Amino acid sequence: MSDARLTLSGVACVRGGRMLLTGIDLDLRAGDSVVLRGPNGTGKSSLIRAVAGLLPVYAGTVERHGAMALADEMLALDMQASLAGALAFWTKLDGQPDDQLHGAMAALRLASLADVPVRMLSTGQRKRAVLARVMASGAPIWLLDEPANGLDTLSLGLLDKVMARHLDQGGIILAASHQPLPLPRARDIDIGLYVPDAEADAA
Amino acid sequence: MTRLLALVRRDAAMAWRSGGIWLPVAFLLLVAALFPFAVGPDAALLSRAGGGMLWIAALLASLLPVDRLIAPDRDSGVLDQLVLRGLSDEAIAIAKLIAHWLGFGPPLMLAVLPAAALLKLNGPTIITLELGLLIGTPALAALGLMVSALTASLRSSGALAGLLALPLAIPLLIFGAGSLDDQSGSALKLLAACALVLVGITPFAAGAAMRAGRE
Repeated sequence: MSDARLTLSGVACVRGGRMLLTGIDLDLRAGDSVVLRGPNGTGKSSLIRAVAGLLPVYAGTVERHGAMALADEMLALDMQASLAGALAFWTKLDGQPDDQLHGAMAALRLASLADVPVRMLSTGQRKRAVLARVMASGAPIWLLDEPANGLDTLSLGLLDKVMARHLDQGGIILAASHQPLPLPRARDIDIGLYVPDAEADAA
Repeated sequence: MTRLLALVRRDAAMAWRSGGIWLPVAFLLLVAALFPFAVGPDAALLSRAGGGMLWIAALLASLLPVDRLIAPDRDSGVLDQLVLRGLSDEAIAIAKLIAHWLGFGPPLMLAVLPAAALLKLNGPTIITLELGLLIGTPALAALGLMVSALTASLRSSGALAGLLALPLAIPLLIFGAGSLDDQSGSALKLLAACALVLVGITPFAAGAAMRAGRE
């Protein structure tokens, strides 16, 4: 996991004909974390999707070494299936052992909900299920879009622990959030006021 | 490859769980049961027109689940997660094509047997019909998947999907129904050619539509 790396150089994103971001430079290595901040509509989610390869990058390059896992507002779990069954589909697809999934579900206090159909879960439980999917994937690069949305204080504590452990194990976290995230060592980037390093130096 | 199989298994299981397998069967049997009421119980007429009628029923049955093939997975982010894991849109389309066919092709071919009895089709006609459906249903599945991918981002896509798919199904219908009266077997060969084209282009067409629909 320690050779994971995520490098963005001069990345620009265009959505609906509007330039949202320009000249984003990031270099994340094992244990690094970055939190993208900024008001709604500034392009935090677009940047996350561009890094994930789900949106074309308008300019610049994104280099990824290591598998990625994405947690966004979309559940991507089969509503009819049980929580354990829906998560197991992804762990099987990722070729991860079942223990990994059990560990992730225990870490996010989902073990007691294993047999509950996904459609019966509450907002916070769904959010935790998405995080469990990310955790169980075994991917070193985590892309988290508003991971703290809909979580209560207790769940925020769980998120805190899970993220800290991932970074300790040499993972990478790129998160977007408009609320504070418990990532003490994270570099904050304010997308709304983003000034590329070179321009900042020149000024 | 194992990931593709896992995806096929999931999609087929979902079709099974949502009752999708019995829907085309019940549909075909209902059409076969209603047809004699509409044209009258003349055995000669029924056996002459019944085969073609079953082809139309099969075509319409293949369109029943088109609004459930792509759109739910697109809206719930499943497609995003698959792409993130390095699966190409084309590979996803192939898996969905196989799962869709498994969901309605074999059940339809079974349902044709009682339906053929209702329409008084004779033995050789039933065999030709089954053979034609074996060749033609993968093409119908391909057609359904293609329009499903094209209309996934639209609201009330079901009706539009039907309008898009039906004209494209004309060659299948001509050669499929035509093979019933054709002793030389050339209609079946042409049916196979049409099916091959449709099954061949669908992964690329549906994959491109899925990629273009991502935002």
